[in-house]
Amino acid sequence: MLLESVLTGAVRGGTSILYPTLGEVISERAGVVNLGTEGCMLAGALTAYAVGIETGSVWLGVVAGVVAGAVLGLLHAFMVITRRANPIATGLVVTFLALGLTALFGQDYVGQGVNAMGPVAIPGLSDLPFLGPILFDHDPLTYLSFAAAPAIWWVLFRTRAGLNIRAAGERPEVLEAFGTSPARVRYAAVVIGGALAGLGGAQLSTAFTLNWSERMTVGRGFVAVALVIFAAWDPLKAVGGAYLFSGAISLQLQLQARGWELSRYLLEAVPYLTVILVLVALSHRRRHAAPESLGRVLA
Amino acid sequence: MSPRRPRHLLFTALLALVALLAAACGSSGDDTATTGGSEGSGGATESSGGGAASGDTFTVGFIYVGPKDDFGYNQAAYQGSQAVAALDGVEVIQSENVPETAEAEAVMQSMIDKGAKLIFATSFGHLEFARNLAEENPDVVFVHQGGLEGEPGLDNLGTYFGTVYEPVYTAGIAAGAATKTGKLGYVYAFPIPQTLANINAFTLGAQSVNPAAETIAISTGSWCDPGLQAEAAKSLLDQGVDVITQHQDCTKTIIEATEAAGAFTVGYHADAAELAPKGWLTGSEWSWDQLYVDITTTVKDGKFAESDYNGDYRIGLQTGDNPFVQSEFGPSVTDDTKGKIDAAREAFIDGGSPFKGPVADQDGKEMYAADKQPTYAEVETMDFFVKGVIGTIG
Repeated sequence: MLLESVLTGAVRGGTSILYPTLGEVISERAGVVNLGTEGCMLAGALTAYAVGIETGSVWLGVVAGVVAGAVLGLLHAFMVITRRANPIATGLVVTFLALGLTALFGQDYVGQGVNAMGPVAIPGLSDLPFLGPILFDHDPLTYLSFAAAPAIWWVLFRTRAGLNIRAAGERPEVLEAFGTSPARVRYAAVVIGGALAGLGGAQLSTAFTLNWSERMTVGRGFVAVALVIFAAWDPLKAVGGAYLFSGAISLQLQLQARGWELSRYLLEAVPYLTVILVLVALSHRRRHAAPESLGRVLA
Repeated sequence: MSPRRPRHLLFTALLALVALLAAACGSSGDDTATTGGSEGSGGATESSGGGAASGDTFTVGFIYVGPKDDFGYNQAAYQGSQAVAALDGVEVIQSENVPETAEAEAVMQSMIDKGAKLIFATSFGHLEFARNLAEENPDVVFVHQGGLEGEPGLDNLGTYFGTVYEPVYTAGIAAGAATKTGKLGYVYAFPIPQTLANINAFTLGAQSVNPAAETIAISTGSWCDPGLQAEAAKSLLDQGVDVITQHQDCTKTIIEATEAAGAFTVGYHADAAELAPKGWLTGSEWSWDQLYVDITTTVKDGKFAESDYNGDYRIGLQTGDNPFVQSEFGPSVTDDTKGKIDAAREAFIDGGSPFKGPVADQDGKEMYAADKQPTYAEVETMDFFVKGVIGTIG
């Protein structure tokens, strides 16, 4: 059934986009755009793969991938918050840095087999018609992402820490007046954002594709940054955005496999067209959802 | 704040410089970095010393579009370059990850500056840049892998290639014999003639032993996007496909997904049997050593201009040893199937072609009449899918 296959593909392929999108939501909620997300993903993908191979433990690999993403996040935070560099330029530089470093250090791991994080069917639930394959026959990191989005929503909107993050992105001077350093909050948010992007990369290499190859994220990190706008900086809507994008990829491949006689050029553009069209349609409403001090340098 | 600004700029610039350097090392490796300095892989520059004095060393340059250890196209070319490096009096310099842009011209120019007299430009998109340099440097020979020389022909430019589709056809025989559903899957990047010929040969090979066999062809629009590949493989498996092959630069994701689903794999570019211990049928892979050595020797002896290599040189089973060879068989291939594959090979050696007519396109229109077959050159302009392929080109 087409719908079931497409939705299953949306979830299976969406996890590696959802994590960086969630990370970027946190980062931008605190006021910092991070175009280094693509680089954080690549670093996470390679590090998880390499450490997974070297130690024989894919979970250690995933942890290392998260750390690698966080380290690049920290670099971005240092440049943008401490050195007050332009966040757009810095983010791109971070991505290029990661492109080069992962290509260099990843050479030895091209074609090597990682101890994969395979799918784990949830007994009982995975046999449900329709919902079973869509939701309950995935790898552990995908299940974790089901919990991560609401958890991040709860932290952002129901806790003190979340209030601080949002204040750092809206009115950092108010946060400062209450005795909390907005710079410190921003640092934490960008590092966590990088870590989540690293986790997305780790899922891509060790669970979804079981592969490392140069530039293997192919722009997924940039898509994540665009999806944050789509999601109006809301972690729950980010789930919809990530699955919409990967669902569009899945749809075009499923249609090809079913022999639909549509232009393959058009089909390949579908995921990107979808995101662009939705962004255009929602652009007016979304503008008001942006954190007020997004991209503003702290005084 | 403004007085501090220049320092921030300086800092950003420094970081950018570091990033660019890193990108340069990893991504567009300069020859010294990738050959002389690297561990393990047997730096090519070192193997030059054998025999001749440094004064009359013949320098050969190789450029690759991807990493030299990609388990595929570029690795095969790199291995061929090592056979050249082992020749007496020959020094090899190389550069990996050379994009199909004007940068290729710059990289080859720097090789000429280092004394290269022969340059192998090994990726399809390197041709126009090799051609530009060939016009400016009449004393340097350029050979290009996979292209067509075009007009006017130059005395110092040639192209070479194997007839890729011959072993792909015989691999198709193995696929047609193995499939239980009669549905084969093909993941490809772009509908270029070489790929279309492969998909068609694979399908015709399968149909020669299993007339009802169909091939579902899916394009990813990319030579390597593992995320797309994973979904492409799943979407084929969803349709009941039980043999999957591909024309992609990075092959591992699709092979692993196929093996995990209990389906059969036909490889391309490299022997990947270790990735699919149960489902591996066979595959096809490059073996460039002899041709590279022959070309190098010819150029070194100053005989390039009058040789067959000066032009569009194609070598296949009809004309000699095809540098594109069939991989080892997997455990499930029967002796009966192997016999049919041998018979097909013999027919090609005797002058046959995978595209021997009658061959019809998807709509049933006759493309090659009975007893007719396309020449090697005609195959390279193929622009249709044969009957039994499910997919669209436009």
